[in-house]
Amino acid sequence: MTRTVISSASKEVVIGFDQPFVMIGERINPTGRKLLAAEMKEGNYERVIADALAQVAAGAQMLDINAGIPLADEPAILAEVIRLVQSITDVPLAIDSSMVAGLEAGLAVYQGRALVNSTTGEDEVLERVLPLVKKYDAAVVAISNDDSGISENPDDRFEIAKKIVQRAADHGIKACDVIVDPLVMPIGAINSAGRDVFYLLRRLREELKVNTTCGASNISFGLPNRHGINNAFLPMVAAAGMTSAIVNPLHEGLVASIKAADVLNGVDPSCMAWIRANRDPNAEPSGEGRGGRRGGRRRG
Amino acid sequence: MSDENDVILDDLSDEDLVDQMKDDLYDGMAAEVREGTQILLRRGWEAGDILSQALVEGMRIVGIDFRDGTLFVPEVLQCAGAMKSGMELLRPILASTGSRASLGKFVIGTVKGDIHDIGKNLVGMMLEGAGFEVIDLGINNPVDNYLAAIDQHQPAVLGMSALLTTTMPYMGVVIEELDKRGILKSLPVMVGGAPLNQEFADAIGATKYGRDAAVSAELARALVGQNH
Repeated sequence: MTRTVISSASKEVVIGFDQPFVMIGERINPTGRKLLAAEMKEGNYERVIADALAQVAAGAQMLDINAGIPLADEPAILAEVIRLVQSITDVPLAIDSSMVAGLEAGLAVYQGRALVNSTTGEDEVLERVLPLVKKYDAAVVAISNDDSGISENPDDRFEIAKKIVQRAADHGIKACDVIVDPLVMPIGAINSAGRDVFYLLRRLREELKVNTTCGASNISFGLPNRHGINNAFLPMVAAAGMTSAIVNPLHEGLVASIKAADVLNGVDPSCMAWIRANRDPNAEPSGEGRGGRRGGRRRG
Repeated sequence: MSDENDVILDDLSDEDLVDQMKDDLYDGMAAEVREGTQILLRRGWEAGDILSQALVEGMRIVGIDFRDGTLFVPEVLQCAGAMKSGMELLRPILASTGSRASLGKFVIGTVKGDIHDIGKNLVGMMLEGAGFEVIDLGINNPVDNYLAAIDQHQPAVLGMSALLTTTMPYMGVVIEELDKRGILKSLPVMVGGAPLNQEFADAIGATKYGRDAAVSAELARALVGQNH
């Protein structure tokens, strides 16, 4: 049973086949967010703090931290934001940069066991990112593309994922610490994008036995009512074997659709998380019962 | 498959036919757009006039509604397919008559180190719809690829795309090289990609920043003096 352990100084999150689906909050990312980018560049992190707290309150078990701002000192900002977010919340983080220097700066200040986001299957990238992952004993997201680009053939992407897992092993990194991103393409441009990912996820889980993640919202690029597509897509990928995703937990209905998928995939034992989250708070006890479970008692 | 609403394209006047073709193009009806193109050619229309008045004009309307959120990516892809079906008939004629009906060539490519091309392809498609002949260099292009394409095709505009903060500075490298060779004076350069902004485009000396595919097509037309 594959389990990837990610942690902060005080909290551990397990991504695994027998675990609830892990939502990694995507909001702390200036790409496409002009205001956030401008503020982060000036060292104003109020919005970062608000986004971090709101995502955790909404149910994110982890947060992704990206500081990819044009013409800014990305490694320095990334490190500062990681330190800041770790001081206000205890969820583990994914350190997200396409710059190796950014990843290293983030890892150097991170407390706990981080998720490095990401390496691709490009040789040059692998040889720079994997030693860092090993050095800091982190886990790593492996994107299934290589020097030849993003293949539309899921079997090609499987082979790239396999190559990354092997290369990681060469660096002393266990397969359970490689989380493969099968690459979600926009369904509006490629009609088989959904089916390709479901198929690839099954292969990754059954043959390569790795955990998986993705930027889920890419599926709905260019379509109206993107939440409607995303909220259907997530339970479908969970059913096909995906164990985590980078999402916006503040989007309406998203957390409920993932929690429902946990119930249906049998990773919410006795449906207890679902019941806790959905019990009618206004239900009137008749007075004859005890008025609900108290919990907390342990058998001695 | 005929009912009362069926339109017999050949029965329409030239003006009505062109309007119908624009509607059909908007609805992504490739066979109908192709048939309309054939009819106009048979009636003695110049290929360049069909291109500009029916196809490019039709795509211009598509671009506006795409920009405004009325049309969505899969629909625009169908519109582009419909335009292409007409264009296939016109291209050989345009080439053989040496008519400069196109707005010129637009060389486009994702920069070195970057393999993302969905956005770039969308831009290329809108540019084709806007009347450019698009030369697509694909992904992962070092500066030499751009230089060779500029040399070979003498484009009216060069476009570069990047999705990563690590690869977008390479656009600046290309622009610098163009400047050094004196090409930049006469060649407008457009840049785009998710992490970019106007400030970055200005900093590297790009002529225009294309926020999205529809805007890029409008800007490119403006660059070659085709302002609507």
